[in-house]
Parts: sequence; C-alpha cells; structure tokens
Amino acid sequence: MTKHSSIFSFGLQISVAALCLASPLHAADWLQFRGPHGNGVSDEKDVPAALDAKSIAWAVDLPGRGLSSPIVIGDRVVVTCSSGPRQEWLHVFCFNASDGSKRWERQFWATGRTMTQSKTCVAAPTPVSDGRRIFALFSSNDLICLDLDGNLLWLRGLTRDYPNASNSIGLSSSPVVVGDTVIVSVETDCDSFAAGIDAATGVNRWKSDRPRNRNWSSPVVFADKPGRQVVAIEGLGGVVTLLPTTGEVLWNRTNESSNITSPTPGNGVLYVAARAIVALQADSESHTPKELWRNHLLAPGTPSPVVHGDRIFTLAGGGKLCCGNTANGERLWSLQLKGAFSSSPVFAAGKLYTVNEKGVVRVVDVTKPEAGQIASELDLAQTILCTPAIANGALYLRSDAKLWKLANPAAR
Amino acid sequence: MRQAQRARLASTLPESARNPLGGDEPGCIPRCPGSPASKGAGLLHLIVGRTFLRFAIACKALVLLIAKLMLRLNSMKRLVCCGLPALLGLRLCAAAPPDLTDAIQTLRTVGAEGRGNAAASAAWKTLAAADLGRLTALLAGMDGADDLVANWFRAAVDTVVVRETAAGKKLPVDDLLAFVRDTKHSPRARRLAFELVARVQPETTEKLLPGMLNDESLELRRDAVERVITDAARTLEAGKKPEAVQRYREALKFARDVDQVQALARKLRDLGETVDVQKLFGFIAHWKLIGPFDNTGGKGFATAFPPEKTIDLAAEYDGKSGKVRWTDHVTKDEFGMVDINPVYQPLKEVTAYAYTEFASDKAQPVELRLGCKNAWKVWLNGKLLWEREEYHRGMQIDQYRLAGQLQPGRNTILVKACQNELTEKWTVEWQFQLRVCDHLGTAILPSTAW
Repeated sequence: MTKHSSIFSFGLQISVAALCLASPLHAADWLQFRGPHGNGVSDEKDVPAALDAKSIAWAVDLPGRGLSSPIVIGDRVVVTCSSGPRQEWLHVFCFNASDGSKRWERQFWATGRTMTQSKTCVAAPTPVSDGRRIFALFSSNDLICLDLDGNLLWLRGLTRDYPNASNSIGLSSSPVVVGDTVIVSVETDCDSFAAGIDAATGVNRWKSDRPRNRNWSSPVVFADKPGRQVVAIEGLGGVVTLLPTTGEVLWNRTNESSNITSPTPGNGVLYVAARAIVALQADSESHTPKELWRNHLLAPGTPSPVVHGDRIFTLAGGGKLCCGNTANGERLWSLQLKGAFSSSPVFAAGKLYTVNEKGVVRVVDVTKPEAGQIASELDLAQTILCTPAIANGALYLRSDAKLWKLANPAAR
Repeated sequence: MRQAQRARLASTLPESARNPLGGDEPGCIPRCPGSPASKGAGLLHLIVGRTFLRFAIACKALVLLIAKLMLRLNSMKRLVCCGLPALLGLRLCAAAPPDLTDAIQTLRTVGAEGRGNAAASAAWKTLAAADLGRLTALLAGMDGADDLVANWFRAAVDTVVVRETAAGKKLPVDDLLAFVRDTKHSPRARRLAFELVARVQPETTEKLLPGMLNDESLELRRDAVERVITDAARTLEAGKKPEAVQRYREALKFARDVDQVQALARKLRDLGETVDVQKLFGFIAHWKLIGPFDNTGGKGFATAFPPEKTIDLAAEYDGKSGKVRWTDHVTKDEFGMVDINPVYQPLKEVTAYAYTEFASDKAQPVELRLGCKNAWKVWLNGKLLWEREEYHRGMQIDQYRLAGQLQPGRNTILVKACQNELTEKWTVEWQFQLRVCDHLGTAILPSTAW
C-alpha cells in the first residue's frame, strides 16, 4: 500500500466513522411499514415478554382515523391521521417516544380523492423515513416530505399528476426509501404505476406502468443477491423486482400473487402469497426467479407474514397462526387465535406480537420448535387495524383515536 | 387511443386544474373560471392584501393634499416639506421586514410532477421564517391557488404560528379577522385564519358563524349550518316546533355537504315536512336510455357505439342481442339513481347510454357530479369531460366532480355506463346518478324559459 493510498484509506475510515456518528439513525429505529427489514422483525432484545395494563407507558389521543403504522426515529414517533367530514384533512404527528408529548404537528388538505370503503381511511399507508426525512403518503396520493422537525421539504399530489390512478375503495400501499429514492406503488383498476421519486426534490427519477389491477400490498426492499438492493412489488399480476434507482425490471414472475399481503424477504429469499406461501429466489440465469417451495397450509389472510431465521409465521383469515420452516416450507405448528386480523404480526426476541381487530394484543412465545404459546394478552378495547412498530424496547400501535406505547414497566 | 385522448384532455387544462376527477372532496376540483376566488387573485392583492390597498388609496389622497399645499409655499419651505417625509420614508424602508414577494411567487409556480419543488423548498424556508406580521400575506398566497400550492403556504403559516406564539408573541387577531371577512380571499385560507383566531378568541369566531351560512368556504359554511341545526334542536326541545322547523329549513337551504343535507331532510320529514331531495341536489330524473351494446371482455368501453357519434333519438341500431332504440326513463329515486338493470334485465358484459337535455338560462360554469360503480364516460355538449374504467369499487353521491361549461339554451349530456363480466353478488349493480350544480354543490335547475 502506498503512502497516499494509506492516507486516503485512513481518511476514508475517519469519514465513514464521522458519518456514522453524525447519522441520526438509531439501531432500534423502526422507519417503515413492518420494520427495518420489511419482514416484521425487530432486532430489539429488551422487549416486553408479557403485556398487561401496567405495560401502557403512555397513550395519547389522535384527532383522526388511521390504519397506518407509527414509525420511530430515535425519540420521535411519527404517525399519520385523516379527519374531517370528507377525510380531506391530513395530519402528520410527531410525539416524543419517552413521554408521548407532542413535538409537532402538520396538517394538509388532500389534493386527491378521499373516498374509501368504510373500514379503511385516507391515512392507510405507513410513512417511511431515511432517518433524516419523513415521507408520508396518503390514500389521496398526497406524498409529503418533512424533515424531522416538521419543516416542509416538498409535496407531491400524485392524483393531481395522474388523475385516474385512484381506487374508490381506497389505497394502502406504503412507500419505501432506498438511498435517495422514494418508491411508491399506486396500482388500481384504472391507471397503475410505480415511481422512483428523488428524495431531495420530489421529482420523478423514473415512472413505469404497472398492471391495471387493484392492489393494496406494499413494496419491500431487500438484497436478492449479496450487495444488490432491489424493490419487490407484489400484486395480482405477479411479483416483480426493480432496481430502485432506475426502475429497471430485474426479474418478473407473472403467476398468481396476492394484492393484499406484502412480499416478505428473509435471507435473500422472497416469500409471497398465492393461496399459499411461495418461496422465490433470484436466478442469475433467468429473468424469472426460482420457486424453492410452496405450501398452501401456510396461506395468510390479510396480515403479511413474518420471516425470522429459519421460521416463517403467517396468520390466516380465521385467526390461525402458523409457523413454517423456511428451508422447505413444512408447517411446523399452528395456534388458533381469537378474532379477525388486519394487523400484521411483528417479531422480536423470540416473541410474536399479534393484534386482532378488537384491539386484543397477544404476546406469543415462539421459541419452542414444536408449538407457539400465548404468553399474555392486553385488551386495548378499541378497533385496531394497524401493524405495531417495535423500537427502543417498546411497542407502538394506534387506533382511530389513540396512539399507545407498550413497554416493560421497569424499563420506563 | 385512450391514453392519447386522456393526454389531449389533460393538455387543455391549466396547470392548476389538471385533476378533473375532483372526486369526493371539494378542494381538489379545478377552480371554476369566474369564481370569486379566481377574481381576487391579482398578484398585488395577493401579496399585500386588501388592507394594504386601502392604505395605499389613503396615502394617494394624502399626497395630493400635500401637493396642493406645497404650491402655496416658497422654495425653502418646499425643501423642508419634501425632505422630511423622504427621510422618514427611507427610515421606514430600512425597518421594513424582508420582502416575501419572490418567495410567495415561487411557491405559486409549483407545477406538475414536482416541477419547481426545489425552488419552492428554498422559498418555503424564507416564508416559514417570517414573523406574525406577515401572516396574512402568507395566507393570501393561497388566493386562486389549487390545494397543492395551498398546502405549501399552510405549512409555512403553521410553522410561523407555532414558533412565534411559543415565543410569547400574540396572533394578529384583527388582521386575521379582516382576512376572514374578506370573501375575495381563498376559502381555504379564510378557514385557516378563522381557526387561528378561534384558538385564542373562540367567542369571536362563534359570533362570526351566523353570517357564514352562505359562505364560499364549505368548511365555514358547514360550521355555520351546524350551529343552526344545534339551535333548531334546542328550539324543538323547548316545544317550539314551528320555530324549529323554520330553523331546520334555514339550515337545509344553506347546507351543501351531502351528510348534512341528508340528515336535515330526515329530520324535517320526521317533523312531518316534505322535502324534495332530488330537486335540492339537482339530480337529473328524466333520461333517454339505449342499449344494451356489447362489452364482452371489456372492449365496449373503448368502442364508440353510434350514440357517441351522433344523437338521433329516432334511430335504431344493432345492439348486443338485436335491434336497440332510445326509450324514455324517469327515476323517482330521490338521489336520482338510474338503475339500468330493470330496463334491460340484469345483464353482464354490456354497455348502455343515457341522454338528456338541460336548458340553461345563461352561459355558466357547471359541475356534473356523478356517482357510478361501473366504468363510465360523460360528455357535455359533445365534449368528453372524463372517463374511468373501474368496476364495482363502490359508489357515492358526488363520487366524481366533472367541471364543464353550460351554454345558454339547450345543452346535451350523455352518459355511458358499462357492466363487466363478474358474477359475484356485489357486481350486479349497473347504475349511476348525476346532478347538475355549481362549484359549491348548489343545484343548478333547468331553465323553464327554453
């Protein structure tokens, strides 16, 4: 190594270290729908093993409806709501994670259509953050970019730009962010598109047509090969992976897929729902992925699966929680849970957290290979359709009226 | 072809009016030309506000008076008289707050697909750093703008208010009240100003509401109507039924939100009153229908069957399963529902047309508001207003808001409604409802003079 390259290398290391120190990202952040890996898994270790009334660290009132999940950026908990007689008032809230006090609030008028089916609402998509900015999308196709202090950076009205890209039932696909590109998937029976939007300016980097089919699933970011980050979009037309910076299609599988659950990555494999769980892996020889296995006994209902290590967990429409082996798709066990579910389960430290539509939160111990076991229950007594977030040793979840933080009493 | 047609349609709209599918919310429709909000959108007025205009007029009068006086003075005295005000003016300029004109204009030029966002983002910081004294200038930035642009200003207003009030500064209540009262300003901006005042002086805004029953802001109007409804309920509880009915009638006269109108109609009927909801909304009841034409595989949506080419009410055409001709259809549904299934029996993969004529006593902007869960197209005077190929995803009154222009005398309205191949119970409906109204939802009734 030459002196110059050595100095350069040292400088680079210092720069990287400085960048890491300067980055507002925290290890325990939950920056997007279904967490840091897009598969419902948190790397947190100190999470509540049991929940009861004492687990409620705080609860705050929300002024509007929402199915969107909270996201957590350091000590900031961000959540969206919609309110007003026509749901045309869009809210972005930021609370302090420590005590639930409000840091800031921003309100906007919807620029797109706000009609939805009564069960859902305009605040259905979960916002996403890159740790420096917040990108909040609504069913009205309003995409709002704020900094962490609530300062407006840019706005897009995607229905204003693409008027027939709407669904009278409502949209729910959550955006993802990769580097400096925000990816949105707006798929309807009329116009459908995916777009990569410059995170700094809100201008399209790319936009491509998608199949004209209603779709409520969310894109997910994962590494389909070592060193290659791709975006997977699942819908009735199949599953496609795209290069986030250009929208270039990498592989495409047109077999039947789900337009409700979202694709779930784990260890370079993508698990999709097609009246079964199908495991797909990129094939370097082909534009079509390899199907590793499929098992209809693992078919999920509305909730998206969770993949952790060699386990996949799915929640069927009737509340049956299933555990499968990711190596071969074998169903290992099932556990009947009470209630209907819209919320996707989340996982941390050997525990699965489920929330039914009546607001009953259950902690399921999934450490034993032969069976899952309900460890505890907490009835929040409100309709809850959102997927919880896990960060800083706590669970965050919301209803149409409240946002809760659930944590170990000793840890508060 | 459909894409090309759509592109052509979109290109005819101004930048701020690119969304003809205003849909179910009032704020996102194209601003109707000639509306009060548009008229009041001059840049000077926009930036400095009406108060400043009045101030300028007063200054002009003062200058003229001084000039007259000066003609009577000698040169030295003239110098003193001219110099002192000039120095005073310079002093005032030095103390003036930063000019927001450029920043405001930058936000107002944000365009489609994020065009202008980068400049707007920088300009927004300037506006968000303004003090409370510039609040009404920020609010006036929304005048004549669409909701996307209005959102930029709104975020700036909210930021200024939070920061400044947290620092103990007082909201400029008098300025805000003057802004609310000035109906030439944007309805959205006026509502926001109203809310700001309501935070510190709720009793003041409460007093304003009775005068807002006929307001351009649907949000203010809604609150004003709600206030009358509450008053009517109290009156009824007090056993004064005739007075209560009068109050409910008053609320119904001014209500424009569908849920309020429906609730009021129910209430009045419960009290033994008759309410013509169909007329109140302006639903069209009388139609000519023709069909069924073929829509196998959904191809009928893009196929221009004869009624799209010419309207000949005496003509006979080849339909999907035989000859078809125009027939009269009158809907008695109070929400104007035209149920096509009973006319042709429940069918799948078919298309039908509904045609009507509407007499207008003058040229005027109009909204045709459609509810339809089938794929549809709507033409006004032969011009395609919009089309949407979505089947069975729900339906509601005012689901789609289509802006157009009525001409004096006879106008033609043509609706195409397509039914698809699905057979589930929730895919049976083949129907639509259409009403004629202004941008606020006030029914435009057909003229009897034609």
